[in-house]
Amino acid sequence: MKKNWPLWEVFVRSKNGLEHRHFGSLHAADADMALKNARDVYTRRSEGVSIWVVESKNIKASNPEHNGEMFEPAADKAYRHPTFYDLPDDVEHM
Amino acid sequence: MSQNEIKDLEKIFEEKIARDERIEPKDWMPEKYRKTHIRQISQHAHSEIVGMLPEGNWITRAPSLRRKVALLAKVQDEAGHGLYLYSACETLGISREELYEQLHTGKAKYSSIFNYPTLTWADIGAIGWLVDGAAIINQVPLCNTSFGPYARAMVRVCKEESFHQRQGYEIMLTLCNGTEEQKEMAQDALNRWWWPSLMMFGPTDEESTHTEQSMKWKLKRKTNDELRQQFIDQTVPQADILGLTIPDEDLKFNNDTGHYEFGEINWDEFWQVVKGHGMCNKERISARKNAWDNGEWVRDAAVAYAEKNSEKEIQQAI
Repeated sequence: MKKNWPLWEVFVRSKNGLEHRHFGSLHAADADMALKNARDVYTRRSEGVSIWVVESKNIKASNPEHNGEMFEPAADKAYRHPTFYDLPDDVEHM
Repeated sequence: MSQNEIKDLEKIFEEKIARDERIEPKDWMPEKYRKTHIRQISQHAHSEIVGMLPEGNWITRAPSLRRKVALLAKVQDEAGHGLYLYSACETLGISREELYEQLHTGKAKYSSIFNYPTLTWADIGAIGWLVDGAAIINQVPLCNTSFGPYARAMVRVCKEESFHQRQGYEIMLTLCNGTEEQKEMAQDALNRWWWPSLMMFGPTDEESTHTEQSMKWKLKRKTNDELRQQFIDQTVPQADILGLTIPDEDLKFNNDTGHYEFGEINWDEFWQVVKGHGMCNKERISARKNAWDNGEWVRDAAVAYAEKNSEKEIQQAI
């Protein structure tokens, strides 16, 4: 038959209170196997309390070649930052 | 893309690396960078996977339960390290199947050290102490290499590797504090693993063809000879604590340089093993090939099961 196992991306929450973070990827035949493999590959030393797996083909990634139009517009919007606004020094708690 | 456009991209790329910025998989990169990284990362992954074989040889014969769980955990770590590295390599656009194919056909290399046999239990101690010790020295600088996925994989690997070396040294220490026979066994293992461990750092700087480019891309931070010297300098005092003798008559400490001087490495042996004429080259590859070929029906069955279940889910949804 020779069908290759698809690739899955693994996200692990290190402890409650923290977000799931991308840890890496692995191959598995289905989601259940991906979870079990992720446990063995990425949490052998209590690195996590929760795992998400998602098949890699379902992730749409931005293209670094378009980083200019994608991310540069934020660069000239200094008014989104608190330091943009001039206040006298004696104003406190702001 | 025109030649000039590529030149511009290469310039931007080299500047990025010089600024210590990381390269991520979807970023533009020169073809040579991609190929070199596929070669090095896959070679590294293959070494982890093949490296399980000489140690796996002793799991069922470990002298105590304590030693057995430690060795099992170590071998499982090697599998994990192989998997982190294969994943990092696949982000460069090569499939896992192609990588295995390259290993099985001999197109891709793995570390020659694993072509030596593990004859006694002391070899498990010597491997942890020397082979993992040398691997750590090679690997630590790679945590800052320019290719993001490789660097991130190496951070995980290095964190886990230190237990490997300590468990090996503890085995040696126990043998050296044991009976005369046990100490001889430890000395014999050191005698056989010392020189191959020094060869793990690769050919001398004069002979090494990739060093210059690899330094530029931060695939290397120190040269082979520098790393080898570092290994010798830190390992000789460890052998003294064990009460073992390094099998090198020319070994002596140079007070002026603060480094050990050492004897000539047998590079003919090194190249013989690299070319496939080591003691276990054939055995290692055939073990990997058999595992892959004989596991095919299991992989197929898992896919068939997954497909059947996903069809069921679709029907239930309708």
